[in-house]
Amino acid sequence: MTTPDDLAALLPLPPAVFHILVALADDDRHGYAIIQEVAARTAGEVTLSAATLYRSIHRMLEQGLILETHRRPAPEHDDERRRYYRITPRGRAAARAEARRLEQLVKLARAYGIAPARA
Amino acid sequence: MGLYRALLTLYPKSFRAEYGGEMCAVFEQRRHSAGGPAGRAMVWLSEAVSVFGNAAAVHWDLARQDLRFTTRALARTPGFALTAILVIALGVGANTAAFSVADFVLVRPLPYPDSDKLVKLWERAPEYQQLELSPANYRDWKAAATVFESMGAYLPVESNLVGEGDPDRLAATAVTSEILPMLGVSAALGRIFTPADGEDGAPGTIVLSYGLWQSRFGGEAGVLGRRLLLDGSPYMVIGVMPRGFHFPSRDVALWMPFTFDASDYEDRDNNYLNVLARLGPGVSQDQAEAELGVITARLEREYPRENEKTGASMLRLRDYFSERSKLLLLALCGASLCILLIACANLANLLLARTLARQKELALRTALGAGRERLVRQLLTESLLLAGLGGAAGIAVAAAALPLLGRLVPDTLPIGQVPSIDLRILFFAGCITALTAVGFGVLPAVRAGREGGFEGLREGARSGGGPKQHLRAALVIAEVMASVVLLVSSGLLLRALWRIQAVDPGFRAEGVLTVRTALPYPKYYMTEKRVEFYRQVLTEIRAIPGVTSAAYISFLPMDMGGGIWPVSIDGQAAARQGGTTASLRYTTPDFFRTLDIPLRTGRGIGEEDRGEAPPVAVVSESFARRYWPNADPIGRTFDFVMQKRTVVGVVGDVMVRGLERTSEPQVYLPAAQVPDSSIIFYAPKDLVVRSTVDRASLVAAIRDIVRRVDPEQPVSHVRGMEEIVAEETASRTVQVRLLGALAALALLLAGVGIHGLLSYTVSTRARELGVRIALGARQGDILGMVLGQGLRLAAVGVLLGLVLSYAAAKGMSALLADVGPADGATLAAVGGLCLAMAAAGCFFPALRAVRTDPITAIRAE
Repeated sequence: MTTPDDLAALLPLPPAVFHILVALADDDRHGYAIIQEVAARTAGEVTLSAATLYRSIHRMLEQGLILETHRRPAPEHDDERRRYYRITPRGRAAARAEARRLEQLVKLARAYGIAPARA
Repeated sequence: MGLYRALLTLYPKSFRAEYGGEMCAVFEQRRHSAGGPAGRAMVWLSEAVSVFGNAAAVHWDLARQDLRFTTRALARTPGFALTAILVIALGVGANTAAFSVADFVLVRPLPYPDSDKLVKLWERAPEYQQLELSPANYRDWKAAATVFESMGAYLPVESNLVGEGDPDRLAATAVTSEILPMLGVSAALGRIFTPADGEDGAPGTIVLSYGLWQSRFGGEAGVLGRRLLLDGSPYMVIGVMPRGFHFPSRDVALWMPFTFDASDYEDRDNNYLNVLARLGPGVSQDQAEAELGVITARLEREYPRENEKTGASMLRLRDYFSERSKLLLLALCGASLCILLIACANLANLLLARTLARQKELALRTALGAGRERLVRQLLTESLLLAGLGGAAGIAVAAAALPLLGRLVPDTLPIGQVPSIDLRILFFAGCITALTAVGFGVLPAVRAGREGGFEGLREGARSGGGPKQHLRAALVIAEVMASVVLLVSSGLLLRALWRIQAVDPGFRAEGVLTVRTALPYPKYYMTEKRVEFYRQVLTEIRAIPGVTSAAYISFLPMDMGGGIWPVSIDGQAAARQGGTTASLRYTTPDFFRTLDIPLRTGRGIGEEDRGEAPPVAVVSESFARRYWPNADPIGRTFDFVMQKRTVVGVVGDVMVRGLERTSEPQVYLPAAQVPDSSIIFYAPKDLVVRSTVDRASLVAAIRDIVRRVDPEQPVSHVRGMEEIVAEETASRTVQVRLLGALAALALLLAGVGIHGLLSYTVSTRARELGVRIALGARQGDILGMVLGQGLRLAAVGVLLGLVLSYAAAKGMSALLADVGPADGATLAAVGGLCLAMAAAGCFFPALRAVRTDPITAIRAE
C-alpha cells in the first residue's frame, strides 16, 4: 500500500490538491461544497474554479488520495447530479506529509528571521 | 451556460463524460452565488480562462498515462517493439539518405546566384558531341554572340607549390576574368580577378580556395599579398574564396588568371578551352542555341577546313553530369522506395497481428468501461511512439549511410562531397511510416470496437480469418514482390560488375605502384634536362632491392583517357574526324615490362632512342591492324606529332579509356624524343614501379630519391595501379553493395513477414489442426497444408516480382553492360532464393502445426 517513498514522489502537492484534502478531512463533500469549504477556510482568498477542481479530482482519484463515495445525504438535501468524495488514508497521509514539509519551510524561514516568530 | 458547455469540448471526451455534468452544475452554482452582473461576469471570465489551462493539462496527463502504459506494454513484448522500430528505422533511414543524395545531385540549384542561367558551351563535330573550344573559335563566338550576358573560359591545370612547407602538387584552374564574376560569388577575403590580372605581362596573381587557405595557411588573414612559387614562378595571393565555393570541381585548390598570347589563336584545331556563359536576361536556351548555330555556320564558311561540320552544343551547368550518375541515383531511390514499401507492409502486418492478438484484452477493457476514445488514444500513442522511436533511429541510419553515398555525387558538379540530411524528405518518410502505423495499428481496433466489443470475449473466439487475413496475405505478397525486384536488380548489376571486372585491361596492375612527379616549366623546358631527371630517378629506384622495373610515362592508362593525336600515312592530310586519331604517350624504356604489356613483335622503347637518333614508335596491335592489316608493320612509317616515325615494335592493346569504353589505338614514343619546349603537356610525369617491396617503405624511398635529385620537386598522386583499375568500377561497386544490402534486407523482412503470418495462422487454427489430427490427418498432410499456404503466397509474389523487375531492368539497361534484362541465371537464382526463404519462413510454424497435440488443442476450447 502506501509507502513513505511512494508518498514522497507526490510531494510537493499542488496547492489546489492540498486545499481539497483539507476540505475533505472532516467530512465527505460534493464538488461545489469543496469550493465553498476552501473559500470559507481561507477567508475567501482561495476560490477554486470548476476546471481546476475537477482536474485535481481526476488526478487525486487516480493517485488514490480520494475516492468517490456512494453514501449520499437524505434525498431532500441531495441533488442527483452531485458526486461525493471522501479522503482516503493515503490522502490523509499525503496531506500530513505536505503539512510537515510546509512546517519545515516555515521553521527554516523563522530561523533566518524571514518569517515572524511564533506568537 | 451553453458557451461554457461548448468550452468543455476542449477536454478529452472521456473526461467530459465523467465530469462535464458536474462542472456545469458547479459553474451554475458559482454564478448564482456571485450576485450582480459584474460578479457573474467575473465568475464567467475566471472559469473560462481556467478551462483552457486545465483542459491542456488533462490532455497532457492522459498522454503521459498512455505513454507510461504503452512503454510498459512494449517492454512486455520487446521482440515486437524492437522489430517494429527496426523496420521503421530502415525504411525511413534508407529513403532519407537516398532521396537526400538524389535531391542534392539532381534537383537542388547549384550554389551560385541565379545558377539556372549558367551554361557550358562546346564545339560539336561529327565524332564528338562535346569538344572543347579552340582559342580562336572562343574569341570569335564571344565577339559575335549577343545572347549571353557574359562568356568566359577556363582550364583545369595542376601546379607545383614550392616554398611553403613540403613541395606540393595542387589542382588549380586558370580562369579568364569573366568567370568568377559570372558565378556571382565574391571573395571571402581580398578580391577576385579583374581584366588587368589577365593581361599579357601582368604580375602573377592567385585566389585561394577556403580549404587550401585553412590547411596550408592556417586561415590567417595575413595571407593576402603573400608571394608563392607555383611551378617556379612567383604569384601573389589576392583573395580567398568563401567556404563551400567550388569551381569547376570540388578538388580545385586555387585559381589563376588565364592569359592568351597571339600564338594561341593560330591553330583553330587545338581544342582545349572549357567555356562557361551566362544567358542574358529573358534569353531562353533555345534562342541561345539558335544564335550559336548562325555563328558556327558562318565560321564554317570562313574556315572550311578547320571548322568542317563544326557546330555548337550547350548544356545547363546544373545538368553537367553523366547519364550514368543519374541512373545510379534513380536506381538507388527506387530500391529505397521498395524498402519503404516492404517496411510499411511489415509494420502493418506486425500491428495487425498485435491488434488481433489483443482483441480479447481490448474487448475486456471496453467491457470494464474504457470508452472507445480512450482505447483509440492509447493505440494511437503506441503507434506514434513506435513511429517516433523508429524515425529517430532512422535519422541515425540516414546519418550513417550518407557519407557512404558520397561516392554517388558526380565529380563534375561544383558541389560538396557529402549532402546533408534533407529535412523535408525525413519528414515525408516519417509521415508515411506514421500513417502506416496509425492506419494499421488503430483502425482495425476501432473497427473491432464498433463491431460489438464483446465478441472477442467469448471463450474460444477465433480472431483473424476473413478479410483481415486476406489483407495480411496481400501484404506478404507485396513484400515478396518488392524483394524480388530488388534482388533481380542487384543481381543483374552484380553480373554487369563481374563482366566488367573480367575485362582484360591489357596490362597487369598487381604489384605496380604509381606516383606523379610533374616537372615544372620553364625550369624543365629542355628535354635533355627532363631525361636526365628521369634517368637519375629511375636508376636509383631500380637499385632498391625488390624493385623489378620502373619507368616514366605521359599519363597512366584509365587515369587519363584522352591525349589523342591525328595520324596520317603517306602524306595524306590528317583530319580530326573519321577514326584517324591515336592515343599518344611518351615513355622511358622499360614501360611495357613494368606494366606487363606483352611485346608482340619487334622491340620496345630503348635507351638508344635519343633525341638525335631517328624518330621511332612502338604501336599497339589495333594500330598495326588499322594501317597495315595484312603486312608486317615493322619498319613502316607514319606521320605523327610533327614528324615521320618508324615502327620498331608492336605491343598488346591497353584499355586506355577505361574498362567500359572503346579506346583509340595506342602509339608510344620515346621520352627522349619530345622536341624541346614543345607539347610539354605530354612530357612524362607518371612514374610506375613494379616491385615486391611494401608500399610505405617504397614510397618513402622514392620520396628520398626525388628529393636528392631535385629538392623542389613534389611527389604526388601515390596510388597502386590496382586502385586505378578499381576506380573504374568504384561507383558500380558502391551501387551493387548498396542495392545488394537493401535486397538482402528486403528478403529478410519478407521472410519475417511470412513467418509472422503463418505462425499466427497456425496458432489461431490450433483447434482445427487438432481436430484434423484427431480425425487421422497424417503429419505430411498438415505439413503440406502449412507449407503450401506459405509457398503459394511466395510464388505469387515471385511471379509478380519477376514481371516488375523486367520492367525495372529495362529502365536501367544502360547500367547493365550488355547483361540482358531477362538474364536467365539471375532470374532463376532470385526465384530459387525467394522460395527457399519462404520455405525457411514456413519451417517453424509448420513444425508447430505438425506437433499440435489434438487433446490439448481441443480441451483448451
